[in-house]
Amino acid sequence: MRAQFVMSEIGVGLRRNLTMTIAVIVSVALSLALAGAAILLNDQVGNMRGYWDSKVEVSVYFCNKTDVTANIPGSNCAGGPATGPQMAAVQATLEKSGLVDQIYSETQEQNLQIFKQEQPNNPLLADVTAAGMESSFMIKLKDPQKYDEISGMVGGMPGVNTVQDQNEVLKPLFNLLNGAQVVAWTIMAIMLGVTMLLVVNTVRVSAFSRKRETGIMRLVGASNFYVQMPFIAEAAFAAVVGAALASGMLMAGKYLLVDHFLSKQISLINFIGWGPVFQVMPLILVIGVGMSSIAAFLTLRKYLRV
Amino acid sequence: MIRFDNVSKTYPKQNRPALDNVSLEIEKGEFVFLVGSSGSGKSTFLRLVLREERPSTGEVHVLGKDLAKLSNWKVPQMRRQLGTVFQDFRLLPNKTVGQNVAFALEVIGKSKSVINKVVPEVLELVGLADKQGRMPGELSGGEQQRVAIARAFVNRPMLLIADEPTGNLDPQNSVGIMKLLHRINQTGTTVLMATHDQEIVDQMRKRVIELDKGHLVRDQSRGVYGYQH
Repeated sequence: MRAQFVMSEIGVGLRRNLTMTIAVIVSVALSLALAGAAILLNDQVGNMRGYWDSKVEVSVYFCNKTDVTANIPGSNCAGGPATGPQMAAVQATLEKSGLVDQIYSETQEQNLQIFKQEQPNNPLLADVTAAGMESSFMIKLKDPQKYDEISGMVGGMPGVNTVQDQNEVLKPLFNLLNGAQVVAWTIMAIMLGVTMLLVVNTVRVSAFSRKRETGIMRLVGASNFYVQMPFIAEAAFAAVVGAALASGMLMAGKYLLVDHFLSKQISLINFIGWGPVFQVMPLILVIGVGMSSIAAFLTLRKYLRV
Repeated sequence: MIRFDNVSKTYPKQNRPALDNVSLEIEKGEFVFLVGSSGSGKSTFLRLVLREERPSTGEVHVLGKDLAKLSNWKVPQMRRQLGTVFQDFRLLPNKTVGQNVAFALEVIGKSKSVINKVVPEVLELVGLADKQGRMPGELSGGEQQRVAIARAFVNRPMLLIADEPTGNLDPQNSVGIMKLLHRINQTGTTVLMATHDQEIVDQMRKRVIELDKGHLVRDQSRGVYGYQH
């Protein structure tokens, strides 16, 4: 096998078929970038799930002065702001239930600090005092699914304003992310399918335009491998270039979209770092090269028979 | 060299077999003409020898091998021991004469030093030593066919198959090609040539195999194109 001869054949093939080659490269790049993005989004959602699961799951908010006057239906604030003994009774009930892993008690003052920290630009901040905040219990459950039992147990106790399932709060976010993931996977699947078709067609055109060469090769006894290799190598080469472009797109996406936009807009979410991005790159390279080589190989089986 | 045992070939969706129960043997070193009108089965015969087709029934042996038992990946090895020449030359128009011949060696992985040695030798043999750097388009039909023969012969095959090699040539060039094939035959290479060219067959007085509608109707040593009526 003479590498130099094979390389020159590949070069001739790529140049002869330049427009198709460009189409394949772009198509491969887009589908691989999508594949990479979908994988990274998956990582991101997993990350966030883990992050939130390790945090508080249920919050019990106690009545404050405002709640008494507002008298929201379903709350038990008619008896005035929650008192120390009322809060102690709730805590005792929770501890007895055996469902609770950990209770973090937060006073009105602490909640004010948290509010200030998390939303420093909120226009309400100037008017809010500690008395306007609620005291709360942040509860970590042994089993995050047992929210209903906790809610039933302490929801009606005196001094309790609301019991909130944090997962319920996060549900829309996770639903959105899950939806985005489904969309990303679907578009990726379609793009990969289109790319496959494009590779098949390109190889077919390439094989057809070099029918004379391959016919002579077969006549003089070139092995199947030797006849097919330049075509497969062409497809693989286009895939490598496409994968490189896709890696570039992912890095640009991570740098511009995540680091310089999203993470500044949404401070609550802990975004993925560069590690997963670099892990995804070799993966999409393997997917791209494997996919187009296999597509090329299967096409050639049909069009370059001995 | 070539043996057909009761070989029949029917193509899909065809009622009449292209070859019908043909048995014959061609010995090493023979020069054989395969004649017959269009549709007589000449091309099918050659395609079976090259193993581009497989027989429907019967056995084809080429170079001592039963082609039915030859696995696909061994076919290229077998074809390296055959040379093939066609009516339409089948040269690569964007390569020079020398590169066309070298191509046959490159694609079977021969080294550059071997190629540089044997290409001029074989071009000398076919009388084109001075045309190595020319493009096929600059050559006459006869010269192009010589290049094709050089390419077929550069591996020193045991068997040379020629499918109407003079079909596109004027009588004068045809004679030149026949002289060349005769010389190649004298080096010990078996030559099997399908042709319509009555004059050539009559002149050469070699073995003639005639096919008609798939049947072997004549196998005559030192024969002529048609029966003398």
